[in-house]
Amino acid sequence: MPLPPAPGRQMAHGRGPRCLPERLTRTAMDFAADHFSLFGLPAAFRIDPLLLDRRYIELQTQVHPDRFASAGEGAKRLSQQWATRVNEAYQTLRRPLPRARYLLQLARHDVGSENNSAMPADFLVEQMEWREAVAEARAAGDHHELERLHHRLQRELAAREEEIAALLDEQRDLEQAADQVRRLMFEEKLLSEIDDAIAAGEE
Amino acid sequence: MALLQIAEPGESTPPHQHRLAVGIDLGTTNSLVATVRSGLAVVLSDDLGRPLLPSVVRYLPDGEVEVGYDAQARQATDPRNTIVSVKRFMGRGLRDVANHEGLPYHFDDRPGMLRLHTVAGVRSPVEVSADILRVLRQRAEASLGGPLSAAVITVPAYFDDAQRQATKDAARLAGLPLIRLLNEPTAAAIAYGLDNAAEGIYAVYDLGGGTFDISILRLTRGVFEVLATGGDSALGGDDFDHRIFCWILEAAALQPLSVEDARMLLTRAREAKEYLTLHGMAPISARLNSGEVVDLTLSTETFAEITRTLLAKTMQPVKKALRDAGLSIGDVKGVVMVGGATRMPQVQRAVGDFFRQEPLNNLDPDKVVAIGAAMQANLLAGNGRAGDDWLLLDVIPLSLGIETMGGLVEKIIPRNSTIPTARAQEFTTFRDGQTALSVHVVQGERELVSDCRSLARFELHGIPPLVAGAARIRVSFQVDADGLLAVSAREQTAGAEASIVVKPSYGLTDDEIALMLKDSLLHVREDAAVRALKESQVDAQRLLEAVRTALASDGELLSADERARVDAGLLRLDDAARGDNRRQIMLAMDDLEADTKDFAARRMDKSIRQAFAGRNISEIETVALPARREEAP
Repeated sequence: MPLPPAPGRQMAHGRGPRCLPERLTRTAMDFAADHFSLFGLPAAFRIDPLLLDRRYIELQTQVHPDRFASAGEGAKRLSQQWATRVNEAYQTLRRPLPRARYLLQLARHDVGSENNSAMPADFLVEQMEWREAVAEARAAGDHHELERLHHRLQRELAAREEEIAALLDEQRDLEQAADQVRRLMFEEKLLSEIDDAIAAGEE
Repeated sequence: MALLQIAEPGESTPPHQHRLAVGIDLGTTNSLVATVRSGLAVVLSDDLGRPLLPSVVRYLPDGEVEVGYDAQARQATDPRNTIVSVKRFMGRGLRDVANHEGLPYHFDDRPGMLRLHTVAGVRSPVEVSADILRVLRQRAEASLGGPLSAAVITVPAYFDDAQRQATKDAARLAGLPLIRLLNEPTAAAIAYGLDNAAEGIYAVYDLGGGTFDISILRLTRGVFEVLATGGDSALGGDDFDHRIFCWILEAAALQPLSVEDARMLLTRAREAKEYLTLHGMAPISARLNSGEVVDLTLSTETFAEITRTLLAKTMQPVKKALRDAGLSIGDVKGVVMVGGATRMPQVQRAVGDFFRQEPLNNLDPDKVVAIGAAMQANLLAGNGRAGDDWLLLDVIPLSLGIETMGGLVEKIIPRNSTIPTARAQEFTTFRDGQTALSVHVVQGERELVSDCRSLARFELHGIPPLVAGAARIRVSFQVDADGLLAVSAREQTAGAEASIVVKPSYGLTDDEIALMLKDSLLHVREDAAVRALKESQVDAQRLLEAVRTALASDGELLSADERARVDAGLLRLDDAARGDNRRQIMLAMDDLEADTKDFAARRMDKSIRQAFAGRNISEIETVALPARREEAP
């Protein structure tokens, strides 16, 4: 299933200062716009992280509550809502997994929950082997082995992300992409468990 | 860097535009107040030229209150009524306070926050802190020549919601116009970053009297972005004193001490610690009331040895913060040292060894937080000049969540989320026909509720009786720019809706605060009505200026009719603010707020559009996707 075609979005330009207020509010940046439009980025998995960072700062510079600390209550409330909105959008787009899930969500494609029954048996077996390796290293207090597992898993994550990028941006295969995203969810959870084990070892 | 100087030396903004703004460092050991004067941030001293105010409050039988050096001088002779390091008690129950058995106070353990019995009556830590803040407010008002319009108070980055709320309550009690709580390491980063035009990844190692913070920031031109923060809100210089104290007891083989003797030896311990900053040996001698004599010498080596575990304790949060930020030691360009306790040579050495570089010490570790707070207060008050401003993006230090079945915590907002932030999550009922739900809000990193800090409990009623798991209850968390949480819950199956908004207040209800406010005002013999009128006049001025500034820059966003209504509202409020009828001022403010509500919304839209200005149009046109946004699962 291909991604839905992008309907053209009008940005108001050449507006004179005499415009009617109602028009202004309608043509302004939409609070309910999707995260990509909010940052003026194409809705794709591969994004320019530096551009995202820059747009994020540009937007927060305009809406952050610190800009409205001496303003009236109404402006303060609005600013908090907007800054919250911009933070949420940034956090979603910044990292690969939430960005992929968000793209699928925009395309109305359900990723499903982290549900074992939905996963193929060989993947689950692989996951179990990973978990056993982590548990063993943890029990043995083998910090070095945990670090090694961490780096190995990170390489797998990177490869998985490349695959998702191809499926979402080029092949537009949402079914396959959702499957890969589900796997990525398992792997990220595993990675955070390895990190917790490393942290526990340091304390 | 353009941010280096806020104004040219000797040049100041016109007085009618300059709002009196201060930054306050409410410390465990010492407190300070600073302001930006003619573009330079300065700490305000007392009549005797002393910049620090010891955070010590003594209550006398006649109701008088001594704060600062006078109180500090009496702590050994009147230990029960002389409250030292009250910051350790803010938003805390008795069981949260380490070594409280050794403290000379009469504690009253109450749910939420402990109380202290003094000769002048029972005091909450909030009231004691308010007594410190009041002295700083008076000092600032005397020095600046008028009532303050804006105050920023710093808190340890690792303060949880209860401790932040308690600090905010103390500001309210002290009559301070608080506009922001600012994290201490972030304040230090502002002061350091602006002063040195610093760019890159910086760590701020902040060891105060009673709290430890580590923050990792990314400094880019005009942006201070906190990437991660960590710490221990019950670890500081006091603990080093305590280690010396224990060493004295052991080395001199002393009998159990009276309260007065204990306080005196703690003071000797602190003096020895300070002496060792510049000397290799510190003599410790004292004649106790019990007749025993202490005559010891503490070497730097022994001191380092008995405090080694304390230093190790600070390194765990440092590692965790680096990991949370996804960085390693090599990424850190500089380490800014903050807090008087970082003067100890072993602290400098430990930090230098860990980060493999000399820590940065070119700012006074006692003053840097207050200086940064004053700079931020000046900016927030609108005194900064165009182009000379910066953006601060801070985070919450601890995860926020709610209790679910089985005593487990469901995290809703993870630690190190940039604020302001909001997150909603759906929950459901556990039993068939369940019509009420108990929501228990907690803060912390552990999975068990019993290991986290309880922030608030409330119940949601009016859930339609359905089979278990059918109801959909949406719990929403909103954290504001002060790092404070508001929670709401809503049942949203068709046809039924119930909602509640909770601002956790941790043992101090609004009524209690109102009562304390009244008491405190009576106590300092200030006329409550006069004070309230003055405050609403200041608020009115602030609103008047905000609206006028908005009109000057964006007046074209209003139609002629709307403009006329706003202008009339301005006149009415201006009139009211000149009079002495507080009710009329409040009414005129409400009216003006209502008349400018849409205006504010349009200005916000305009600001956001400006962020897009200069972008390629085709680029923007290609971005669109279906506009309806589904909530994340």
